[in-house]
Amino acid sequence: MYIMFVLIGFSLLVALTFLGLYLWAVRTGQFDDKYTPSVRMLFDDGTKPREANGSEPHEEDGDKDSNERTNTGDRSNGS
Amino acid sequence: MINVKPLNIPDDNAPGDGPPNGEVLCYHCGDVCDGTDIAIGDRYFCCNGCKTVYELLAEKDLCDYYDIDEQRSSKSPKDEVYEHRYDYLDDPSIVDQLIDFSDGDMRMATFKVPSMHCSSCIWLLERLHSLNPGVISSRVNFPRKEATVTWNAGKISLREVVMLMASVGYEPYISLQDVAEKRKSVTDKKLYYRIGVAGFAFGNIMLLSFPEYLASDASIEPVFRIFFRYLNVLLALPVFFYSSSEYFKSAWAGLKQRFLNIDVPISLGIIMLFSRSIYEIATHTGPGFLDSFTGLVFFLLIGKIFQKKSYDSLNFDRDFRSYFPLSVAVREDGHERTIPLTRLAVGDRIVIRNQELVPADAVLLRGEANIDYSFVTGEADLIAKKSGDRIHAGGRQVGQAVELEVVKEIEQSYLTRLWNNDIFTKPSAGYLTALVDRISKHFTAVVLLIAFGASAFWLTVDVSVATTVFTAVLIVACPCALALSSPFALGSAQRIYGNRDFYIKNTETVEALSRIDTIVFDKTGTLTQTRTAHVRWHGPALGEEERAAVKSLLRQSTHTLSRQVFASLTGDVTHAVDDYREVPGKGIGGVVDGRRVTIGSAEWAWREDAAVVDAGTTAVYVALDGAPRGHFTVPNLYREGLTELVTSLKPHYRLVILSGDSSREEARLRTVFGDDVPMHFNQTPEDKLAYVQELRAEDRHVMMVGDGLNDAGALKAAHVGISISENINTFSPACDGILSADRFPLFDRLLRFARTSVAIVKVSFGISFAYNVIGLSFAVAGMLSPLVSAVLMPVSSVSVVAFTTIATRLMARRKGLM
Repeated sequence: MYIMFVLIGFSLLVALTFLGLYLWAVRTGQFDDKYTPSVRMLFDDGTKPREANGSEPHEEDGDKDSNERTNTGDRSNGS
Repeated sequence: MINVKPLNIPDDNAPGDGPPNGEVLCYHCGDVCDGTDIAIGDRYFCCNGCKTVYELLAEKDLCDYYDIDEQRSSKSPKDEVYEHRYDYLDDPSIVDQLIDFSDGDMRMATFKVPSMHCSSCIWLLERLHSLNPGVISSRVNFPRKEATVTWNAGKISLREVVMLMASVGYEPYISLQDVAEKRKSVTDKKLYYRIGVAGFAFGNIMLLSFPEYLASDASIEPVFRIFFRYLNVLLALPVFFYSSSEYFKSAWAGLKQRFLNIDVPISLGIIMLFSRSIYEIATHTGPGFLDSFTGLVFFLLIGKIFQKKSYDSLNFDRDFRSYFPLSVAVREDGHERTIPLTRLAVGDRIVIRNQELVPADAVLLRGEANIDYSFVTGEADLIAKKSGDRIHAGGRQVGQAVELEVVKEIEQSYLTRLWNNDIFTKPSAGYLTALVDRISKHFTAVVLLIAFGASAFWLTVDVSVATTVFTAVLIVACPCALALSSPFALGSAQRIYGNRDFYIKNTETVEALSRIDTIVFDKTGTLTQTRTAHVRWHGPALGEEERAAVKSLLRQSTHTLSRQVFASLTGDVTHAVDDYREVPGKGIGGVVDGRRVTIGSAEWAWREDAAVVDAGTTAVYVALDGAPRGHFTVPNLYREGLTELVTSLKPHYRLVILSGDSSREEARLRTVFGDDVPMHFNQTPEDKLAYVQELRAEDRHVMMVGDGLNDAGALKAAHVGISISENINTFSPACDGILSADRFPLFDRLLRFARTSVAIVKVSFGISFAYNVIGLSFAVAGMLSPLVSAVLMPVSSVSVVAFTTIATRLMARRKGLM
């Protein structure tokens, strides 16, 4: 039965992890705007792949672009 | 200039593709076009601004913009941006204040963009980097109507970023007030942290308490029992010291002012729950009430969050600084230079261009000033000023650029002086004591009486039970359900109001609304429509000469309709009028430049039957040399539904009208309001403020309904200040609520609904008292076990929350507000 101590310990650990995740999410502002992301995710990025005209891709945005570029295909069929 | 590439736009029902024979809609903004002159292929535009934006988007392959939102109506950049308008954004001291963050060449700033309103807006604003490579990224917070832009200062300046946004129709709003006060959103997050901690502890303690509830004493090994109990104490510690700390603070603050607010009995309950639990666990006499305790705090905090509904994009604390520009052009030694408004001093010579505000009282030096004082007085007519005339701050110049000399500091000017009044500097004493606090005063006294009475009784019977009973009474009487009923009922009401475009600052306002007995209306802009732009001419187009003749005649008349038509006509008054006559109720006539002009009713001007005009408009007929020429339609002066509204409000409220305008419309107002409504004209902003204060001194509960800066003092002084706005995204003066002008006819229903909501709160108080009586009977009998408490507390809270929420929505539906 003393295994209970360990099990309770684990369950608390899991719960604490979730609490930590929640606090982190609040702190990083994920609850600040509950509307815009829901719209943003619906945009296919209709922009054609950007020509290499010297505009430096920067970290964050470069990331986003590559994700969105993969979606470009179904847009033309869909509309 | 721009080569338009072929576009991949579906040609079905996009705006602008409509048949050219009907009304042509602008492809960009969806407005009706005046003609088909401005076009690219088969796409028509209402103005060059829209065309430019389209070209810009087409060039950058951003035409998916037109695909996103079918109901889209884009913002037309009609007001062409004057080239030097943003020069002040090159001033380092202003740049520093606007920028949130900078690192190397990277700059980040957050702009308010009031014109964003749909998903296309988000899409375009987040693609500023495609329009200008100097912009690194932009991110929109739609509820706050803000865009956070990051850019490379080596490639593009703050001014250019702002101009880029303005050029696509999203002009950021930059005001003195925003620069002076940086946003505060930190406090909100704390509430979320607190609720997270409380919820975490509540869930785990419940789980660990199950053995206590379900198993008999003998079946749990003592070592587990002790382990679980101490684990519970550990989990409850942060709830007591962190999550519930706000209640202690508020209760202490109340006690210091000798006032028993609702947080006093709550804090008492919390402290009793916690300390008795610790005592029981430490002395091994029982499991304590830690589950009830954490649950209580968790529920209370949820109530707080629900009550904290706020409209992020609206600001209820605007003062004149929001309306004033950040900078002004100053002329020194023949050179013009832009300086921040804060550095403007008496004696400076300033240059004010078309549509710009005069920031401080000044004397006209050069140029022809036509000042629109609608901001200050509510009076929309232009006032012509000659060189040497004094112009008050807040006036807007219409026409050519003028040069002025500042004679008073901004803070001491005619309009802004209002903000030096005590009412703006002292903390607001406007609110009536919240219902729940008034009840809690008696509630706490009764609970303490019962607690002492019961323990005194038990002292005579069984001394050991006395303290148990004392704490049990305080625990069970903790007004959790009571504290939850008003946040949920009034919070729901606030949301229902929001659905009806009536945005109120907080839930206290609902209570205050329910107690109003006097309503003070401002006239211009509140009872009357503000738009004069919609005066339309029907008939063969007027030639320039003809228009001048009509305008010249109209100038002679002080009739409201004449003035509205006059204001809508372009061109100058060129002629003197001979043989002028005006017949009240019929019209005017005279000879202008050898031509007989008659303007007025159909019978008067045309001598024949009236043309059919749209509902909600009044027709003004024009005849030249005795022959019918056409008619103007003028939108009704008073807001739609005003007569019905007045009829329904009058039996219940005392109505008053305060107008900054002259009394020329008194007769017309009387036909709507009747003879017994007090009307005061020519009221300065200070007069209005003083009048409201007088009403308050007579112990009346006053609501002020206004719209302009000139009402700001009265709005603030009243128990409830409601500002009426044609477009809720433009700024309103400081107030407790903003009502969209379209919903004005609903006003009486909205007011009555406040009373209903407060009645619902009272019923739910009754319900929670009933629970308290049940709980207290257990407590006084000395039988309050942790299990009873753990069941009673959530059941009472949940049922009160469910009742208030459902009842409020049901009533809203029955009253046609949902």
